Amino acid sequence: MMYKSKLGMTVAALLLASGSAFASCENTVPVKSLTNAFPAYVIMTDVMTSCGSFEAELDKDHRLKLNDAFSVNPSLYTIAGVANATSVPMFEEELVRPLDDLIAEHGQALDPNQFIRVDGKTMAIAALFNTQHLMYREDIFSDLGLSVPTTWDEVFDAAEAIQEAGVVDYPLGGYYMAGWNLGFVFVNHYLGEGGEFLDANNMPVLDHDKAMAVMERMKRASSYMDPEYLVSDTTFVTKQFQQGKIAMANLWASRAGAVNDPNESTVAGKIRMAAGLNGSVQPASTVWWDGWVVAKNISDEEAEAGFKLVVASLAPEVIAANNDDAVWLAPGFTPGAAAEGAAATAMNGAPAYPATKAMAVMHTKLGEGLSDFMTGDKDAATTLADIEAAYMTGAKEAGLVE
Amino acid sequence: MRLRAFAFFVGPSLFLMLIFIAAPLVTVFWNSFHVTKPLYERVEVETCTPGFPKQVCTTSVKQQPILDDRGQLVTETSFVGLDSYRNVLELERLRAALANSDWRAFNNIDFWQALRFTLLFTLVTMPLVIGTGLLIALTVNATLQSIKGPAIFISLLPFIITPVIGALSIRWLFIGDGILTAALEAWTGRDIAMFAQGWTIELMMYLYRVWHVAPFAFVVFYAGLQTINQEAVEAAIIDGASRFERLRYVVVPHLMPLIIFVILIHLMDAYRVFEEIVGFTSQAHVISLQWLTYDFLMPDEAGTRSISRASASAILTMVGIIVLVILPLRRAWRDRKGVH
Repeated sequence: MMYKSKLGMTVAALLLASGSAFASCENTVPVKSLTNAFPAYVIMTDVMTSCGSFEAELDKDHRLKLNDAFSVNPSLYTIAGVANATSVPMFEEELVRPLDDLIAEHGQALDPNQFIRVDGKTMAIAALFNTQHLMYREDIFSDLGLSVPTTWDEVFDAAEAIQEAGVVDYPLGGYYMAGWNLGFVFVNHYLGEGGEFLDANNMPVLDHDKAMAVMERMKRASSYMDPEYLVSDTTFVTKQFQQGKIAMANLWASRAGAVNDPNESTVAGKIRMAAGLNGSVQPASTVWWDGWVVAKNISDEEAEAGFKLVVASLAPEVIAANNDDAVWLAPGFTPGAAAEGAAATAMNGAPAYPATKAMAVMHTKLGEGLSDFMTGDKDAATTLADIEAAYMTGAKEAGLVE
Repeated sequence: MRLRAFAFFVGPSLFLMLIFIAAPLVTVFWNSFHVTKPLYERVEVETCTPGFPKQVCTTSVKQQPILDDRGQLVTETSFVGLDSYRNVLELERLRAALANSDWRAFNNIDFWQALRFTLLFTLVTMPLVIGTGLLIALTVNATLQSIKGPAIFISLLPFIITPVIGALSIRWLFIGDGILTAALEAWTGRDIAMFAQGWTIELMMYLYRVWHVAPFAFVVFYAGLQTINQEAVEAAIIDGASRFERLRYVVVPHLMPLIIFVILIHLMDAYRVFEEIVGFTSQAHVISLQWLTYDFLMPDEAGTRSISRASASAILTMVGIIVLVILPLRRAWRDRKGVH
């Protein structure tokens, strides 16, 4: 899904006209960006658009294009928004340039915490922190006298009570769409149980007992969801919240602003953020960063223009004006109610997503294989064996294992 | 025609066919027997990422691709024989499933599950497309001259819509509490989720395809109906043939070459069913052979794709189409020889 926000553009233009520090971002060199499409990227690219000579491409499937678009010379985009996982091939194949010189020249306003460093060189500028945590309808929980769940078992207890009360269509929402999303749900649950995916030689080392327990839990969770959960992605769950169809969900922190957005939500202000749910070992959530990279295969002039736009889009005024739309890492951010869940999840020690090339193959196979289990076509043991076999075939073909 | 003139006429299209059809085909064929993979080395890397609130640095041994002087990936291409085909077909699992006559196990192997759906999809929609197309053609042919134009135009509309857009529209009509699902729920008085199980999705796909392609069959048949020998029809009426008998013994035999033509086109088209899978995001429940190829080609988060298996799967799809169209083609060939 691609779109270019016109409304945001006008808003940004108004800000510009009002003579704030935005005036310093005037741009004349053509710059093009490729990013994900969630609200924070809309905000940042709108600011860039207001600076001029800028074209944004917001695409939730941007990961399918990133690598190819940046490996050609000249690169098809000047800058891109990447996250832990999508940055792996970009860094390893050196498709993006080190930013240290540009930071010294234009990046004084940035916080050093934002710098993604690989062997001492800054390769990306993180814009926001992201994780998954519980969002729940405070009104429903207080009406029914429920306490806020901290583990999945407590979620199920609450779901039972909500289902019995019949106040919403489905007690629980979940991004269980077959493919990457479904795989990701498993990864989070499984890491929460302290599970490991791959050994040092990229061989699969799935702990079947832990994995099966997690799968049973996922199946149980799905029984409280809209039965079409296998086509439900993050945006779908956000809408379910906005339309008052669900009472709680473990959702991406980057949607915490949208669920309470009075322009879109019929239940704005009623949804509260709580920590990500705990597994038996650590939180069953992973910590992510999202941020900007600058292409290697472009001229220095374009790189400089692109970098200046990145800095402008992270200016303290922008962050302050959109404070609740993301957990920003840039200066100017004041953690508010929307960031409570993300902060609590990080404090509880949620692990970073284990982004590697081999893990990307494993994640894909999990996402494809698990849908057979969820539909009831396969039992848990067969599903896991098939996923491991599919991983081996894929990893061998990619040269990741001998 | 002289050879020179013939060469001038055929040359350009032959050249284009070589570039756009033969060359890719040869490449895909070659790719299906070879695997190209990047070479990796193990290096120790220190990575610093933003923490909340403080930065976190970790040092770990990572497997990194080797780059050459120009910054390109160093890759190695090797001949793997039939390995990619084996990986796509998964014959051992098929054998095990067949030995136990285990339908579920059969359905769990991607390729065979896709083949099952693709074949059923092709063979179920074919007679429906022919039948619906013929019915529309006969109806339009029998309507008043004054409304024929608008009738033809309206009947053609579904065919004009881009397939992906058509599939998406159907999806939006039915997904969640879409208008039609809501209407069905109100009518039957029970909760309906069209996208929650495979068979309802499959049903929607069949309906969608027939809705989409029937106009094509209609146009072809309608053109054919204009050339029917009216004397033969009148003779049949005088002989006391009923409406159905006239259809059975005069109209259908006359349209037979066109029916074969529509069958051929439809077999080739339907065997490559793809838009329905993407439009309905049905991959959890139903996949097709063409979708399987696409899935192998799609890069994962780290940009890894399975070019070799995608090629093998594409070649297998082509073989499948050839096998399917051989029967109607032979029949068309025999008819031709009979005429001349």
